Amino acid sequence: MRTIRQLLRNPLSVVGIVLLLFFVVIAAFSPLLARPEPYQLSPYQIPRDGFWQAPRDPGPGHPFGTTQGQFDIYYGIVWGTRTAFRIGLGVVLVGAFVGMTIGAVAAFYGGMIDELLMRLVDVFMSFPFLIAAMVLTTILGKGIYQVMLSLIAFGWMRYARVLRSEILHIKESDYVQAARASGASNRRIVLRHILPNAFYPVLVQATMATGSMVLAASALSFLGVGTEPGYADWGQLISLARNWIMGKGGNPFAYWYTLVYPGMAIFLFVLAWNLVGDALRDILDPRLRGSTHA
Amino acid sequence: MLSYAIRRLLFLPIVLILLALMIFALQMMLTPMQRLALYAPSPDYLKGGETFIRSLIDLYGLDDPFFVQFGRWIGNVVRGNLGWSETARMPVGQAIALLFPATLELALFSFIPVILGAIWLGTKAATHHNRLTDHSVRVFTILGWSFPDFVFGLLALMVFYGSLRWFPPGRLSPAMDAIVRSDAFHRYTRMNVLDAILNGNGRVMLDSLRHLVLPVITLAYVNWASMVRIMRSSMLETLRQDYVTTARAKGLTERKVENRHARRNALLPVTTVSGFVVAWMMGGVVIIESIFDYHGLGRFAANAAANLDFSAILGFALYFAVLLVIVNLVVDLLYAYLDPRVKLG
Repeated sequence: MRTIRQLLRNPLSVVGIVLLLFFVVIAAFSPLLARPEPYQLSPYQIPRDGFWQAPRDPGPGHPFGTTQGQFDIYYGIVWGTRTAFRIGLGVVLVGAFVGMTIGAVAAFYGGMIDELLMRLVDVFMSFPFLIAAMVLTTILGKGIYQVMLSLIAFGWMRYARVLRSEILHIKESDYVQAARASGASNRRIVLRHILPNAFYPVLVQATMATGSMVLAASALSFLGVGTEPGYADWGQLISLARNWIMGKGGNPFAYWYTLVYPGMAIFLFVLAWNLVGDALRDILDPRLRGSTHA
Repeated sequence: MLSYAIRRLLFLPIVLILLALMIFALQMMLTPMQRLALYAPSPDYLKGGETFIRSLIDLYGLDDPFFVQFGRWIGNVVRGNLGWSETARMPVGQAIALLFPATLELALFSFIPVILGAIWLGTKAATHHNRLTDHSVRVFTILGWSFPDFVFGLLALMVFYGSLRWFPPGRLSPAMDAIVRSDAFHRYTRMNVLDAILNGNGRVMLDSLRHLVLPVITLAYVNWASMVRIMRSSMLETLRQDYVTTARAKGLTERKVENRHARRNALLPVTTVSGFVVAWMMGGVVIIESIFDYHGLGRFAANAAANLDFSAILGFALYFAVLLVIVNLVVDLLYAYLDPRVKLG
């Protein structure tokens, strides 16, 4: 509760929360904001208005214009919000669960198991994230679940590291020693003292990572290995804009809308998560307590 | 300290073998037929009918048990044969050696403004804590951190190439490229700017600098965010230490306290993060190199990944793992040098 009150007192995090709510509303009401056509197989497939290559300017029926291949940009952005939430939250929740399990096992058992798991973390970390995710997505094929699986497979390590080092740190702290001296059971110490305290840094990590996972997924789509063609996904809209940045007939900004609208959507979404995550970190980091706005 | 370095390096082969195992496991997710297709020199090669393909699979042992195949694969790598890269159309080792200078050049040009700018901005924000400077720096970093590099890069191209025609993509314009490739031009390092200086060719130097501007700005902008944040918070923490109060109490000017006493200690965490940033830049910045058509390791690795060119992927991953160990080692040694309290043992 105290955390939430503090979040609401920091102007930057309020901006973040308002932005997040804005995106939640768009995602919740996307069928009303951008009505899927009856012929569509899936609402996530952006409807096409013809098969002409060059984008068309914003106008009636297409408030944000159409991008290469006549995909409606407005529709793609509205439904892309749902895609962004599914990717961001899905990847972070599953990734954090996997990472935390491994981190906790390493910290509690120590010794050989710890050594082994941490070397495993090292190996995963020494494979550049984006390239690794690209390889796995290429093998699995295009699609949102394939993208999510790839991001999880190469994104769980940081949670393992953070949770492990927090647990090791807290295990040695005075209050855990005090609890032990006063006769608390192991189970009680772990559940009441260690896990709740070790969880906060992971929460901060996870909040920050939600934005960057959406960025990574967009980057994969941008590099051509992300979602299926025509799927409502911001990264894909930007990759469709790529061929048109030179404009036409001496006006380089002729197709500005193909890049600016989806670019704004990604930017604001990531910004919202980063603002909230940043404020959370300031509030939950005891070393900085009292030094910032909070 | 020497024993520490040796111990760190002894771990390297283990990490490399496990990394190779992981990449090989990724490759083994494909069927033998798919793997045969990856190595086929041309589509015609596979047009011999089912029995012919079967015989090829047997010939190359693509149906053998996992570890038999892995042993064969790793055996070649250990003997120094990284294989042929279909994306680069040359041996993997040669491709990495050729592209490394390009990536190094980009990293060097970006890293210097990033580190100097971050130290300066971070210090400014911390010494003006909670005032306008601090707030603007915070907003600037969080904006930079949230702005996707591919959107930034495309917008930059739209304005500075599409509209103003100042900074084209690529590494060199065609005319300059011809000069660089000619016999008269000695390619000492394959870093164009440096080579141009060594050859005394001003036009090539200006042209390569011109091509570096946009990727360097994009790369610097997205990296400033994290570095400035670290510098700011570490400087804030140092400024509240007792010895800083002591320095103030004995009557030193605020400038001296900040520069001599606080900043030096505040630089420690920045050293660690710089290590990551350098490693990340030298690992080839996939997106930025792709957008600006900059032929470096990142673009090469991305093409290799998209085409499942596993020899190239392995070669690149091994390169990056070695780089990571070296960078970490340098950071640790630097840390021990900067902070006498740290003992490596």
